[in-house]
Amino acid sequence: MSSVDAILLARVQFGFTVSFHIVFPALTIGLASYLAVLEAIWLGTGRQVYLDLYHFWLKIFAVAFGMGVVSGLVMAYQFGTNWSRFSTFAGGVTGPLLAYEVLTAFFLEAGFLGVMLFGLRRVGPGLHFLSTVMVALGTLISATWILASNSWMQTPQGYQIIDGRVVPVDWIAVIFNPSFPYRLAHMVVAAFLATALVVGATGAWHLLRGRRGEPVRVMFAMAIGMILLAAPVQAFIGDLHGLNTLKHQPAKLAAIEGHWENKPGEAVPLVLFGLPDMEAETTRAAIEIPGLGSLLLTHSAKGQFPGLKDFPREDRPNAAVVFWTFRVMVGLGLLMIALGMCGAWLRFRGRLYLSKTYLGFALAMGPAGIVSILAGWFTTEIGRQPWVVYRVMRTVDAVSVHDAGQVGFTLALFVVVYLLVFGAGTTYLIRILGKGPSAGEGVHPTEGGPGQMRQPMRPLSGATERLSAQGAANGEWY
Amino acid sequence: MGIDLPLVWAIIILFAVMMYVVMDGFDLGIGILFGVVAGKGDRDVMMNSVAPVWDGNETWLVLGGAGLMVAFPVAYSTILSSLYLPLVLMLVGLVFRGVAFEFRFKASDDRRWLWDRAFAGGSIVATFCQGLTLGAYLSGLAVGDSGPAHASVAWLTPFNVFVGVGLLATYALLGGTWLVMKTEGDLQHRMRETSGKLSIALLVVIAGISIWTPLAHPAIAARWFSLPNALFFAPVPLLVVVATVLLRRSLRHPSSHAAPFVLTLVLVFLGYSGLGISLWPNVIPPSVSIWAAAGPPQSLGFALVGALFIIPIILGYTAWGYWVFRGKVRPGEVYH
Repeated sequence: MSSVDAILLARVQFGFTVSFHIVFPALTIGLASYLAVLEAIWLGTGRQVYLDLYHFWLKIFAVAFGMGVVSGLVMAYQFGTNWSRFSTFAGGVTGPLLAYEVLTAFFLEAGFLGVMLFGLRRVGPGLHFLSTVMVALGTLISATWILASNSWMQTPQGYQIIDGRVVPVDWIAVIFNPSFPYRLAHMVVAAFLATALVVGATGAWHLLRGRRGEPVRVMFAMAIGMILLAAPVQAFIGDLHGLNTLKHQPAKLAAIEGHWENKPGEAVPLVLFGLPDMEAETTRAAIEIPGLGSLLLTHSAKGQFPGLKDFPREDRPNAAVVFWTFRVMVGLGLLMIALGMCGAWLRFRGRLYLSKTYLGFALAMGPAGIVSILAGWFTTEIGRQPWVVYRVMRTVDAVSVHDAGQVGFTLALFVVVYLLVFGAGTTYLIRILGKGPSAGEGVHPTEGGPGQMRQPMRPLSGATERLSAQGAANGEWY
Repeated sequence: MGIDLPLVWAIIILFAVMMYVVMDGFDLGIGILFGVVAGKGDRDVMMNSVAPVWDGNETWLVLGGAGLMVAFPVAYSTILSSLYLPLVLMLVGLVFRGVAFEFRFKASDDRRWLWDRAFAGGSIVATFCQGLTLGAYLSGLAVGDSGPAHASVAWLTPFNVFVGVGLLATYALLGGTWLVMKTEGDLQHRMRETSGKLSIALLVVIAGISIWTPLAHPAIAARWFSLPNALFFAPVPLLVVVATVLLRRSLRHPSSHAAPFVLTLVLVFLGYSGLGISLWPNVIPPSVSIWAAAGPPQSLGFALVGALFIIPIILGYTAWGYWVFRGKVRPGEVYH
């Protein structure tokens, strides 16, 4: 089998494992901040409903965190097993950034996570709140390291190549590379939105079933409020991110737009839909809006930006893919803005919890944030091709030398194992969500010990919360 | 700059890997011993004895891997890509085992066998693959683009399989003596007997590796058998014999609870030191030293700041976690 197959399989394997992984950190980033807000309101108002919601979403947070740890372990090894030549070449930069992510995660587990999960009665509300805030902060710091590393691969700077290896010469420049602030902001807001959509869909599901208790109404209203605020902000950040991409990675942007060439003196249209054809160098069946491309991307009537034909064939990303992944992301983003605005209107009319159509809309939008995150990552990562480190190292030079059969075998293995393991985990999450929050959530301790659902407290370790969260899912609490 | 960064990082990684071997060793051993303990009640106690600590134990595996990537990117790339299949299978084993930990207690009685098998099978696969990896590592790896990968089953040699089986015995002994410390009555009694047999197996394993590696690798033979090295290193094999004798004696003694586990730790530490003596200072045997494989000093220095700050904290909370859950595990006991 040819090496082309092996490279494609290695890319599919990385894409598959990282796509499974990203869902869980995205939810933990969003939920940790949500939990901090819930606890702050509870401390401020003393209203029980916020504590009940805290305990309910804490269970989801714990399970998602545990699955993030397990799927992340695989990621940490992929760079060596499948991308060894990349790690040899660029490990000087990406290694320390990933190591700091690992250390940050461990630091969290070193105390705050355990206290957050088990310690409300032991340490009192003040210290417990501090722990929640620290965990929320920690998830954001973890994201910062990962996105610094990823952004450096997109827009590398602050390094020299000495003896065929990347040597960091200015860590500030490495970390604060040109695309980093935009990518970080875009990802964090995406995590908040994805979480809000899951929370909103859970609320909608219970409202549709006639459960109109206070916790359900409060969490639904909070989620819709968050979407109303964050979705337009995300569109704004996305626009800035796009302009940044135009400046630093014009070929990616041309592929996203399905834009092949400029005609002298003419404005660039916006291709709404179409089928980019890499061989024929054209976008088939294109539906265009004249002049809008210039307006959106150059903020001028006749401005032009590079088309794909301005780049050699071997330097072009696959427009047929990123054109569509980008439109999936943007389309869902527009629906999110609509969801927020309709919610505000219904709230104003006093029908937020009553309109079946709207609740159905909110329920259907539950996975939209996660799907958008995946579509966005596909866009930026496939759009970086054929480079692994943009204009520094090609993907073909980064992969480990394995034959296609071997990579195919491990890919099949990962697919089977992930579907089994994370399928079980996701089913379990959905079961907790389906049960919904209850009053006095988690204040009734029950029997525990060997063979019982409730396990000894496993204080400060990575997947601690999964098992114990399963105990907590049955209404048990320490 | 007076700091020898590669040396500092080598010490950190050696420490992390040793922590991993002894700590995940005993909880993987529990999974391996599931094969010889059938009853649900006993299995519950066995699992409970490690439930509070096992995932903290795996922390060290991640730390060792991340450290290797930072400090010795060439070694990270070479080792991980050369031992592709065993490492992927190890990860899959660990994933299954970790999930079984969580779901076994949730499962209904008719489904529990499934998670029991996932737990035992995952532990055995993970351990055996770690052994294969260790064996292949000791045997030496080729560096470079053309070298590592093409021979996809080059790691499947008699020596590596021997080390794989040997590691199963080692971890099982760690698990068995851990259970002697953490349990009582019939289960403890059976674990004393099983551990007695396993201690012989471990001695055979250590002897096997000690004879096999110098025969296969003249450099290792020269390291051990030339003067004055032979005098410095002679205590290592002697201490192995002494520790084994003491271990077997303590296993027969009904009042000894923690001693067998501690002595097993000593044995594992001696074995680990022996391997270290054979390989030092190479990070990719047989020829690439830690200094040759080190990444840029800017990378090592930058990451060292974080490592020196965090590792003491991890050690602190690990110790605290073990302290909280000290003592015997009893069926039906409620924890707070």
